[in-house]
Amino acid sequence: MDPRIYGLETEYGITCTLKGQRRLTPDEVARYLFRSVVQWGRSSNVFLENGGRLYLDVGSHPEFATPECDSIVEACRYEKAGELILNDLVRNAEGRMRDEGIRGTIHLFKNNTDSAGNSYGCHENFLTRRANEPVDYEAQFIPFLVSRQLTSGAGKIVMTGRGPVYCLSQRAEHIWEGVSSATTRSRPIINTRDEPHADADTYRRLHVIVGDSNMADDSNVLKVGTAAIVLRMLEDASFAMRDITLESPIRAIREISLDTTGRRPVRLASGREMSALDIQSFFLDHAEEFAATRGLTEEETRVLDLWRVTLARIQNGGAGLETSLDWAIKQHVINAFAERHSLPLDAPEVLALDLQYHDIDPERGVHNLLRQRGAVTSTIEVGDVVGAKDHAPAGTRAHLRGEFLRNAREAGRDVTVDWVHLKINDQAQRTVACKDPFRSEDDRVDKLIAALRA
Amino acid sequence: MQERAKKHASGGREDEQVDAPAAPSGTSDRIKAELDDILDEIDGVLEENAEEFVKNYVQKGGE
Repeated sequence: MDPRIYGLETEYGITCTLKGQRRLTPDEVARYLFRSVVQWGRSSNVFLENGGRLYLDVGSHPEFATPECDSIVEACRYEKAGELILNDLVRNAEGRMRDEGIRGTIHLFKNNTDSAGNSYGCHENFLTRRANEPVDYEAQFIPFLVSRQLTSGAGKIVMTGRGPVYCLSQRAEHIWEGVSSATTRSRPIINTRDEPHADADTYRRLHVIVGDSNMADDSNVLKVGTAAIVLRMLEDASFAMRDITLESPIRAIREISLDTTGRRPVRLASGREMSALDIQSFFLDHAEEFAATRGLTEEETRVLDLWRVTLARIQNGGAGLETSLDWAIKQHVINAFAERHSLPLDAPEVLALDLQYHDIDPERGVHNLLRQRGAVTSTIEVGDVVGAKDHAPAGTRAHLRGEFLRNAREAGRDVTVDWVHLKINDQAQRTVACKDPFRSEDDRVDKLIAALRA
Repeated sequence: MQERAKKHASGGREDEQVDAPAAPSGTSDRIKAELDDILDEIDGVLEENAEEFVKNYVQKGGE
């Protein structure tokens, strides 16, 4: 099996309130949040010693992009470390606000929607071979991605003509196209911006922007992992699957989101109908066959096991999902809360819970609270998240970047880096281009680091 | 999801909900007690002015 590079980019929602009232605009809070970053990085767009990138994105959304990871679980570990990194900024900013006499609490939400219908995303990046043209497989990939919310949707109460409904996905309502180059105007499922940050003759980037941001490890691992497995099958021209192109992916994604049982049928281009559960089971069955005949990596095999168990639970009515998957964990607690206080789903208190589930604060955030109380389990452990805050992945180019940045800091030297380049800002302007994201050792970088320390 | 079915069946009225978890096994009692504790904690962390808090949570679009 060819190794693959994975990366996740997560945008966070931000607010600062006092007794429910907004204290600062998102722009103002973001400035407080990034002031310490700007102080040491002279910019609100910096690379960290863990190899990841922290920046203030369009619309004042703090964003963390993981470093290049060579496994599914590693990508999920660094994605989770992003929460800790952002939470450190929150603590820091609240302290500074207090010093300036501004009262209020900063909330950072790892969700995908606000109350006014704006959306912000969690983008997945898969490094693929240049020879594998997405146009050859995207019509078949889209039904998978559209139904994937059944395992990795983050759940949301949505107001419909027939009252409030608990839906699978935060993003479903905000996706308007199958494949395109747009991001903010008209969001597609797959974005065609091909930025491999690597030798473009050999590699391309597949950029999936339809997914929800996940709090739960199982949802996150399934989101990235099942996509990776399906991608393996689609990239293998010798592996045949029946074509299940959807008639309208955009209608299907909304219809599927409205039904947490996964049973509602959606139309295929052929005129046939399949439910989200049918579609996911279709890809799972093929993945089992692929594993048996072509093989999968050890990690992909563990994802396959979790995928099988998860779909079986959905098939059997959902018992067991309430500790594993984001949408089900949140639904379980929302229903218990609404019942306890005799509230309808559209009561402000319930909507606040729907939002505060995603608060990244370790104590105040409801997902984190549930996790601490043992009400959330991770079937596949993502590993040392705290360690991932400060240390880069050992097996990819991120290791070189992390070492370069650490040495520059220790030596007090001024440097500039991006995904590919490492540069010393002195008269000689020495620069090394690292075009192979799989390479974690490089003599040229060793020499550059030696020059830093000289 | 069982919670949801239960709520629909009982019409969400409190008096009937008391009867709903009628399968008294030690495990389900324990789970219910744990959930009650967690709900107490959630009551403690939820924003006191929920309506304003939710309404005022407005971002610019992202991506």
